Formats: sequence, structure tokens, C-alpha cells
Amino acid sequence: MEALDLARWQFGVTTVYHFLFVPLTIGLGVFVAGLQTAWHRTGKEQYLRLTKFFGKLFLINFAMGVVTGIVQEFQFGMNWSEYSIFVGDVFGAPLALEALLAFFLESTFLGLWIFGWDKLPKRVHLATIWAAVIGSNLSAYFILAANAWMKHPVGYEVVDGKARMTDLWAVLTNSTALAQVPHVVAGAFIIAGGFVLAVCGYNILKERRTDPDRTVPMRRGAGSIWRTPMRAALVMTAIAGAVSAGTGDLSGKLLYEQQPMKLAAAEGLERDTAGAAFSPVPGVEIPMLLSFLATNAPDAVVRGAEDLQAEFAKKFGPGDYRPNVPVVYASFRVMITFGMATVGLSVLGLWLTRRRRTPAASREHPAPHGPVRGRRRTVRVPREIPSWFARACLLALPLPVLAMIAGWLLSEIGRQPWTVQGELLTAASVSPGVSLTEVAVSLAVFTLLYGLLAVAEAVLLVRYVKAGPEQVSPAPSTPAGGSGNGDATAVMLQPTLMY
Amino acid sequence: MELTTVWFTVIAFLWTGFFVLEGFDFGVGMLAPALSRGEAERKQVLGTIGPVWDGNEVWLISAVGAMFAAFPAWYAGMLSEFYLPIVLVLVGLIVRGVGLEWRGKVHHASDRAWCDLGILIGSALPAFLWGAVFADLLHDSVTAMLVGGVFSVSLCLLHGAVFVALKTLGPVRARARRAALVLSAVALPAGVAALSGIPSAGTAAGGPDAPVWIWALALAATAALAAGVALTWRGRDGWAFTATASSVALTGAALFGALWPAPLPGLTLAEAASGPYALQTLTWIGLIALPFVVGYQAWSYWVFRKRLVAQPS
Ligand code: HDD
Ligand code: HEM
Ligand code: HEM
Repeated sequence: MEALDLARWQFGVTTVYHFLFVPLTIGLGVFVAGLQTAWHRTGKEQYLRLTKFFGKLFLINFAMGVVTGIVQEFQFGMNWSEYSIFVGDVFGAPLALEALLAFFLESTFLGLWIFGWDKLPKRVHLATIWAAVIGSNLSAYFILAANAWMKHPVGYEVVDGKARMTDLWAVLTNSTALAQVPHVVAGAFIIAGGFVLAVCGYNILKERRTDPDRTVPMRRGAGSIWRTPMRAALVMTAIAGAVSAGTGDLSGKLLYEQQPMKLAAAEGLERDTAGAAFSPVPGVEIPMLLSFLATNAPDAVVRGAEDLQAEFAKKFGPGDYRPNVPVVYASFRVMITFGMATVGLSVLGLWLTRRRRTPAASREHPAPHGPVRGRRRTVRVPREIPSWFARACLLALPLPVLAMIAGWLLSEIGRQPWTVQGELLTAASVSPGVSLTEVAVSLAVFTLLYGLLAVAEAVLLVRYVKAGPEQVSPAPSTPAGGSGNGDATAVMLQPTLMY
Repeated sequence: MELTTVWFTVIAFLWTGFFVLEGFDFGVGMLAPALSRGEAERKQVLGTIGPVWDGNEVWLISAVGAMFAAFPAWYAGMLSEFYLPIVLVLVGLIVRGVGLEWRGKVHHASDRAWCDLGILIGSALPAFLWGAVFADLLHDSVTAMLVGGVFSVSLCLLHGAVFVALKTLGPVRARARRAALVLSAVALPAGVAALSGIPSAGTAAGGPDAPVWIWALALAATAALAAGVALTWRGRDGWAFTATASSVALTGAALFGALWPAPLPGLTLAEAASGPYALQTLTWIGLIALPFVVGYQAWSYWVFRKRLVAQPS
């Protein structure tokens, strides 16, 4: 066991952990901002309740993203000092930009949003959440541009054994980044959509348990509060699914050009093959599909790991240039299957929950307004959401998260043995002065702490999901008076978005 | 001015901003149990930093990010050199962050007590360790680490107490003022010891005499600290806070002045620096972005400018 192995484990553990929370922050933030916008536009109280409800879940999760992110930033210097010195010139730039342009925006405006409910004009308050979510999404862009550079280094030259940036624009518009950013952000929206679906599904089931006779009919206006967010999440997940598949396909084509070894590992392809087949599961092969996916030409040659290994050994000197093939192979399939299963579920849900037409004046639905269809007036009313579908929605929580993790295993393990493709080996990246004991201590400390916090966060989220949205006070925007003191603000004591 | 000097200055500015802003966050976090009686007052005390602590923490993230981008070898050397202290800093920042964010969302008093513990430990650890790490960078001795750590903690406590006095009304405000006066008994002597050590760091190691302006900064920092105590005594909350904030800022300036031009033993800025292209590009972006950041952060302080009162349920 060397410090290198533990440093790798530590990086894997802390990064995967950071990335459990971050996608939810990215996607759910936009969802909450959308709900608040709907409240602002329509003035309907249910949107305000939903904004506060999902806002709370968002904030519980946000905290974890923030605190684990700091570890990420320091870790490069602590465990990977050689790497940092090699890449700092190029890699540091997007990281610094992330802090300067994204994190300040996000954290400052989120503070304003949380504590500004009764201090800011409604419109300004709405703008603060949008500023914060723009910050989260910008941060994704910068960090992913940095990550993409490790896969496909551009805009640099190596001087005195260090990468020197020659073109920041090239780094920020790296083809790999332009495919990766929408792919990851789409994945984040799938995760957030799945989370909302699971929350809604759970609460719909609960409503039915507590109201088995359905005395509350699922009718417009009088229906379940969960129907609107569920529909919104279904739309969000379905659209993000399409983006995810499109950009994933694009990423595959880029792999063919830029990281052929990763592609070979993802497919378990040993030899250069023309008209390569794709195997969704081991044993089943669809002829020519891989070649087609990688290049759009069914008879193109896809490189195999053995042949690439021979070529790399000639180019870079003796060594093993193959990543851990079974892990990469399996990850690829888990990502696609679990991710697309969620997307499929959402498309199905959109169809199941579509409105149905019904004659306007029927006794069942006495709503008088509605479009005139033919000679009869009809109204479109929500269908009842089947209980089995509500139950299936619970799966939408874990599946895309697992898909996301698998995608990163594919991406990062598939890049091995390089940290910077073709330039710097992982073995040469680690801090020379840091001892095995030091890394072991920090790995143990972080793993333990992260484990405890994960349990705490899960308990907290479940408690809030179970409690459901609170009633809001009739006039939510009245400033809290400070016991007759003109220039003071009272501290609210109810469990609100603040302390 | 050379680009390396510009970036060293920017990094010094970001670190100093972090010390000034998170200085009172750490102080408030450590003092919250002592300044409040009961839940309403506890919320009142923590409410003073509630909207701003995360934004303040980003000063640290930016400082470290800028070190990574502009002086990779400094970033990598410092973080791997002080490996275990940095682990503890990170643990502190983690438990403080979740403590602050989750405190208002847990339902049981026992869970709140866990959050309070996280806030306390998570404020004390980084406050002590950053002082110790920078003192060690200057003097390379255990005694210096201790003095630096104690000074840093006591300065944060004092700065935090003065901040609470400025931002609250009622019994909490009175207690905060008293706490500030009591704390000055530690902060002032620790300040004299630590600050007088800053200019002499190079000389002790056989280097040249420190330039006069570093002596001036260290002296001014000590004077500002004393002024902060005196102004608290006179009940001038706003001016007292200005004074302690200046003291922290002057300390930061003196510290980075003493670190220039060799921020790590045996490593000069020129050796550590990124290439001219990277520095130039970052300079432009930084020049454009920083005023906006300072502007909207200032606006957020203005939005939350009112004093907080406790509201019993
Ligand atoms: C919910 C999440 C999710 C879903 C549904 C998908 N992916 Fe994905 N994928 C990711 C989440 C993800 C990811 C975790 O976000 C990765 C890891 C690194 C990256 O850039 O995105 C990723 C990476 C990644 C890569 C490697 C890029 C690289 O290493 O440079 C490829 C080739 C694909 N994906 C392809 C696909 C295809 C063809 C999909 C569906 C048809 C697909 N992904 C669905
Ligand atoms: C954008 C940011 C990212 C950067 C800059 C980055 C960089 C790195 C670096 C430097 C390593 C070094 C250790 C090694 O090569 O083994 C690594 C490994 C790893 N990363 Fe990433 N990574 C990023 C994002 C992620 C994310 C979001 C995940 C997962 C959710 C992830 C998962 C992993 C894993 C599992 C390893 C260990 C691979 C191995 O050691 O075999 N990474 N990454
Ligand atoms: C390994 C590389 C990474 C580093 C160094 C890093 C750094 C950080 C830091 C320092 C924070 C805290 C910011 C704050 O205090 O407000 C943070 C949070 C965040 N990070 Fe990461 N991060 C990494 C990977 C990623 C990736 C791959 C993404 C997105 C695709 C991402 C997106 C975010 C977002 C959106 C936040 C703010 C929201 C939240 O805190 O949940 N990060 N990150």
C-alpha cells in the first residue's frame, strides 16, 4: 500500500460524495426558482407553499455541497502537489474563475434569498434566487472545463516540465467541455427531476392512505397539491433525458477521436475492429452499432485496447496504459440503463397524467369554463395518477444518482493511468512529501465524517418530506415588526428558511 | 509593477478579506453559547452572521483558487506541507457549515445541541489553525505557532464580540460589550507578542532588516486593536468595529508584507509563478469581476444592516 493508492481512494470517495449533492443543488435550485416565478406570476398560494417546501429541501442539500466542495479545492494541493504544479497554470485558471465569478454570486445571493423574504421587494427577492442558480450553473461550467482539459488538453504548451497556458479561450471552449457541460447539467436535471418525482410519489401515496375513499377528487383546483410539481418534474426529466442522450452520443464520438483507450475499455474491445458491434450486456451483440455510434459510419474501424497498448508503449515507453476494463465496461452500462430508465419513466408519466376531455356540464365536473369543442363545451381535467405509478416514482430517486456516479467512474477510471491524458501519469501526480500515515488519517477522518453527515442529511430530508408543505401565513410579505423598535429586525422563531 | 507582485497583492487582499470577514464569523460562532441565554437569543446571535457567512467563506476559496492559478508551487507546497492542520481546518469548516445551515431545520433540542457543538468547534479550529500555520511559515517554530494561534483566536473572539454588539439590541448587546472588554485582556498581550514578531521574522533567520513599512503596519495593527477596546468601552459600536476590522486588515497586510518575496522557505514568487500569459489574462478578468463582487457583497450587508432583537416565542 502506498500513499498514492490511498490518495486515489480519497479523491474518489470525496469527489463522488461531493457529486451526490451538487447535481441536486444545480437542478433543484432551478426548480425552486421556477416555482417562485410561478407564484410571482399567478399569486397562487400553492406555489408559495411549494417554493418554501422544496426550498427547504434544497437548502438542506446545499449545505452539504458547499462543505464538501471546499475539501475538493484543497485536496489538489494536499495530495496531488506534483499534479498541481504541473497543471496549475492552466487548470488553476478555471478554478479561480469559478470562485470569483460563480461561488461569490451563488453564496451571496443565496444568503439574500434565505434571509430576504421580508426585507426585499418581491421582484428583487425573486431575482436573488435566479442569481444564485445562475451561479451554481456557472460553477459547473468552469469546473467541468477544468476536468475536460484533463481528458483532452488544449491551449497549452509544456515548458520546463510544466504546462503553460497559451489560450484561455481554447481551454474554455474545448470540444470536450462543450459536450461535457450540457451532458452533466442534463444529468443534474434528471437527478433533480427524479428527486421531485419521488417526493411527489411518496406524498400522493400518503394522501391516499390517509384518504382511502378519495373524498378529495383529483379535480382542477381541488386536486392534490403534488400534481403540479410532479408534472413539472416529468417535463424537466424528459427534456433533460433527450439532452443527455444527445450529448452522451456526442461524448462517445469525441472519445473515439480523443480518448480511444477509454472507448475500447467501455466496450471491452481488444483488437482494432471494422464494423464493431455494440453489446448492451455481455453475450448479446448488435452488429456494427458501435462503429456507427462512434463515427456515424457503420463500417468504421474502432480501436481495440491491445492494439492501443502496443502503440502507447512505443510512444510513451514501457508501461500498462489500460484502465480497469471491467469497471469501465460495467459503469458505461449502468449509466445508460439506470439513467434512461428514469427518463423512460418520466415519458410514461407524462402520458399517464395527461388531461382528459370531459363534457363541461356533467355532474361530476361542473366547471363551466373551457374551450368549445364541436357543438359541446368540454373541459380538460386531470386524470387520476395511478398508485402504481406513484410507487414507481420512488425509484426515480436512486436510479439517476447511480447513473451519475457510474458515468464518473467511466470518465475518471477510464482515463487511467493518466491524470492528464498523454501528459502526466497519475503515479507522477501525487505529493512526494506526504506520508502514507497522513493520507490514511485524512482518508479515515473524511470517510467517517462524510458517513455521519450522509445519515444526518438523509434523516433530515425524510423528516421534511414527511411533514409536507406548511401552511403559509396569509400575508407572507409583511415585514416582521421589531417590538416597536424602528431600526431593528425581529428574529423569527418558527422553523422557516432561516435559523 | 511586475505581474507576480500584482498577483501576490491580489492574493494578500483575498486572504485579508477572509480574515476580516470570517474573523467575526468565527468569533460569533465561538461566542454564541456565552452571549445568549435561551433559544431566542441564540438565534439572535447567530442571525447576525446568518446571511453572510457563506459569502465570506468564498473569500478563502477565492484566495486559495488564486494561489493555485497564479502560484501553483506555493499552493501545492503550502497545502502538502501543513497537511494535518489543513485536514483539521477542513473538518472545522465542514461541521461549522452544516451546523449553521441545519440548525434552523432540525426539530429536537438535542439535534440543535449537535449543531451548536459543530459551530463552536468548527469556528475555533480554523481560527486557531490559520494563525498557527501562518506563524509557522514566518518563524518555523512551535512557540510561534502557539502564539500565532492564540492571537488569531483571541482576535477573532474580540472582533466577533464587537460585531455582535454592533448588530444586536438588548441584553445580548450588553453581554457582547462586556465580553469584548474581558477578551481584550488576552487579545492585547497576544497581539503585542505576535505582531512584534512579524517584522523580525526575516532578521531572526539571518535575513535583512524588515522594511520600515512592515514595522509601521504591525504598530498600526496593535494601535487599532487598542482603539477597538477603548471605543467599545465608550460604547461606540460602529467605530469599535471599524477599529477591530482595521486591526485584522493591518495584521494581514503586515503578514503578507513579511512573506514577500518568498512565501515558502526556499521558494520565491518568481519560481512559483504561472506564465505571463496566464497571469495577464487572469488580471483582466479579476479587474473586471472583483468590483462587482465587492459591490454586491456590500449591498447584502446593507440589506441586513438593521440590528436584530430576540423575539421570544
Ligand atoms: C443521469 C445521468 C446520465 C445519463 C442518463 C447519461 N449519462 Fe453519460 N455521463 C454522465 C451521466 C449520465 C456523467 C456522470 O455526468 C458523465 C461523467 C463525466 C461526464 O462528462 O459526464 C458521463 C459521461 C459520459 C461519457 C464519457 C465522457 C468522457 O469521459 O469524456 C460518455 C461517452 C457518455 N456519458 C455517454 C452517454 C450516453 C450515450 C448516454 C445515453 C444514452 C448517457 N451518457 C446517459
Ligand atoms: C471537475 C472536476 C474533477 C476533476 C478536476 C477531477 C480530477 C481527478 C483527479 C486529479 C483524479 C486523480 C486521481 C486519479 O487519477 O486516480 C481523479 C480521480 C477520480 N475521480 Fe475525478 N475529477 C473531477 C470530477 C469527478 C467527479 C464529479 C467524480 C465522481 C462523481 C469523480 C470521480 C473520480 C474517481 C472515482 C476517481 C478515482 C479514479 C481512480 O483512481 O482510479 N471525479 N479525478
Ligand atoms: C474536483 C473538483 C471540484 C472542486 C475543486 C470543487 C470546489 C467546490 C467548492 C470550493 C465549493 C463550495 C462553494 C461555496 O462555498 O459556495 C463547491 C460547491 C459546488 N460545486 Fe464543486 N467542486 C468540484 C467538483 C464539482 C463538479 C464536477 C461540479 C459540477 C458539475 C461542481 C459544482 C458545484 C456546485 C454547483 C457547487 C455549489 C452548490 C453546492 O454547494 O451544492 N463541483 N465546489
